[in-house]
Amino acid sequence: MSTTPDINVERDVGDFHYETDYEFDAGVGLNEKTIDYIVDVKGEDDWVREFRKKALKIFQDKPNPTHWASKDIENINYDNIRYYLSKGQRPSRSWDEVPDDVKETFERLGIPEKERAFLAGVEAQFDSEASYSNMKEELAKEGVIFVGSTEGLKEHPEIFKKFFGKVIPTGDNKFSALNSAVFSGGSFIYIPPGVKVKQPLQAYFRINAENFGQFERTLIIADEGAEVTYMEGCTAPKFETTTLHSAVVELVALKGAKIQYITVQNWSANVFNMVTKRGLAMDDAEIKWIDCNIGSRLTMKYPGVIMRGPGARGEVLSIALAHDGQHQDTGSKMIHAADNTTSNIISKSISIGEGRSTYRGVVSIPRQLKGCKNNTECDALLINTNSRTDTYPAITVKGNQSTVQHEASVSKVSAEQIFYMMQRGLPEGDAMSLAVNGFVNDLIREFPMEYSVELKRLIDLEMEGSVG
Amino acid sequence: MSKLEIKGLNVSINETQILKDFSLSVPKGEVHAIMGPNGTGKSTLAKSLAGHEDYEITSGEVLLDGEQIVGMEPDEISRSGLFLAFQYPSEIPGVSIANFIRAALTARLEEGEKFSAPAFYKELYEKMDLLKIDRSFTSRSVNEGFSGGEKKRCEILQMAMLKPEYAVLDETDSGLDIDALKIVADGVNKMRGPDLGILLITHYQRLLNYIVPDKVHVMFDGRIVKSGGPELAEKLESEGYDWVKEESAATASV
Repeated sequence: MSTTPDINVERDVGDFHYETDYEFDAGVGLNEKTIDYIVDVKGEDDWVREFRKKALKIFQDKPNPTHWASKDIENINYDNIRYYLSKGQRPSRSWDEVPDDVKETFERLGIPEKERAFLAGVEAQFDSEASYSNMKEELAKEGVIFVGSTEGLKEHPEIFKKFFGKVIPTGDNKFSALNSAVFSGGSFIYIPPGVKVKQPLQAYFRINAENFGQFERTLIIADEGAEVTYMEGCTAPKFETTTLHSAVVELVALKGAKIQYITVQNWSANVFNMVTKRGLAMDDAEIKWIDCNIGSRLTMKYPGVIMRGPGARGEVLSIALAHDGQHQDTGSKMIHAADNTTSNIISKSISIGEGRSTYRGVVSIPRQLKGCKNNTECDALLINTNSRTDTYPAITVKGNQSTVQHEASVSKVSAEQIFYMMQRGLPEGDAMSLAVNGFVNDLIREFPMEYSVELKRLIDLEMEGSVG
Repeated sequence: MSKLEIKGLNVSINETQILKDFSLSVPKGEVHAIMGPNGTGKSTLAKSLAGHEDYEITSGEVLLDGEQIVGMEPDEISRSGLFLAFQYPSEIPGVSIANFIRAALTARLEEGEKFSAPAFYKELYEKMDLLKIDRSFTSRSVNEGFSGGEKKRCEILQMAMLKPEYAVLDETDSGLDIDALKIVADGVNKMRGPDLGILLITHYQRLLNYIVPDKVHVMFDGRIVKSGGPELAEKLESEGYDWVKEESAATASV
């Protein structure tokens, strides 16, 4: 069916760990000294130091959002986490120069192979810093910038400073404040006007250390008429202790630009994944989030689009799979801020065993706007009676010059369905996996081929493990 | 001899015994019909043969060409060569008929054996032509939004593609108008042959006008009470089941 090579990112494949010596270690716990250490190691400007320290204060003052979110957040022990670990700040431009232990990790995850096969550029982050970063030469010639956050702020402030922290302000939530205080790694990307990057840029985030927090920061700016697809993947070995991943991702699509941002999140089941993602779409621009959450202990993530220019479009297509011990709390925010803006949210969640899925959505269309459209579809699939799913759609439409559609469904894989499929010769695991694939099928068809293949494999693997 | 042989089968659901020392033998190449009033255990028989976990087989044997299938998982029973055409087939949203049949065939591949997509589609289209099913059917989700006739035709198509040794057709005629019934019967007749044994479960005689069985068995209160040729079905049609019940009661009281 597919001509793409097998993409080898599976849950178990990520569950390995090599002992690594770190040259730079900010130690355990978080205070102003941690920030000074990070800033000094990175050699950042004073304005960044101030930015970080202000953020730390906001983080410390903000309570956990447990009045609406899972109480499980309280189990994150901030004093027990290491906030910065690296072997050095300069990523290698060639895999040969990447230290052996790190290189071995990424080779096992198939990253260099994927790069050769279909990617325009790759950044591979190992704990706090990218250990590898490279982009095809012709893109550099066209003026495309694809660097880490430190390099981006230091070497291209005229481009990145303008939007850094503007789409997602530091105080947006507790975790965006935390990220703003201790961010390290992530990608800063600029696509010049009219440049259409045909192959995707890929970032790969790997957590290797125990008791660690990864806080990458990504900012993608597509200038007028530019187009880019960015994909991120993530894995970590499974530790007994908790790991924290708290990223901030800001997208800016200027007039007529298109950004597609694809995530396959496959963290191990001890990771708290608290991520803030938002895009700003100007006139006739389009931002599409494809967000698949399969791993982690608790994920809280609501990718959003602010449609600031007339004719802007925002889209979130998401799939969440919650197994025993997992809670996928995901959704979307669509903020219409100009006439004739269109947003589309399609969310599919699968809850298995004790797994729990929650959809939270915000759609806002103010009174004065004309010709805005939103479509929201939330479908939940339950596999066995203990699973739980909740839907909290908040659609605020004022005025009567816009249209909104909302559909939600909850279905179950019934014992009779499984028996029917087994009667045709499918083992129980295959039958479940087929039912789940059927449930997400129409959505996966919208994904780029490489990712739909990978996702189907991941779902198959997850379902294999769910047969009692 | 190759046959589907059921010996002294006792089956309970929630502690209530439904099948009582049920015995029956269907030689390969023959079509046997089981008729009987509602609530007599016909569908229980079908589900038990296929290994449904809600049906507890307390004793007895089911042999497929001599192989014991009692205690096997439903998928193993299927791959051993027993096909059940369901009275109420399940819907599988988002899974196309082509992909479903493909998955079922893939589950039957030997280790190292490769699935050939071109050969699969060629055969699928041949079988669909045979059953007068439109090509566009293959991309529809399994049974989702199907009419009664479409569901039953989809069952027969699966049977044709999976090529079982034995097929149990559970009330395949229920919910069909006469045109749909003719098409389904026509399909089953085309599958008939020396390599397939068919057990046809039905409440009404009318299906047997189109699929003429080699033998007819009358089922009552969890067991076969009378066996004969096609003429037995006609007698049931004209006289109803009362005389069978009376005979059965008389035998039981002896």
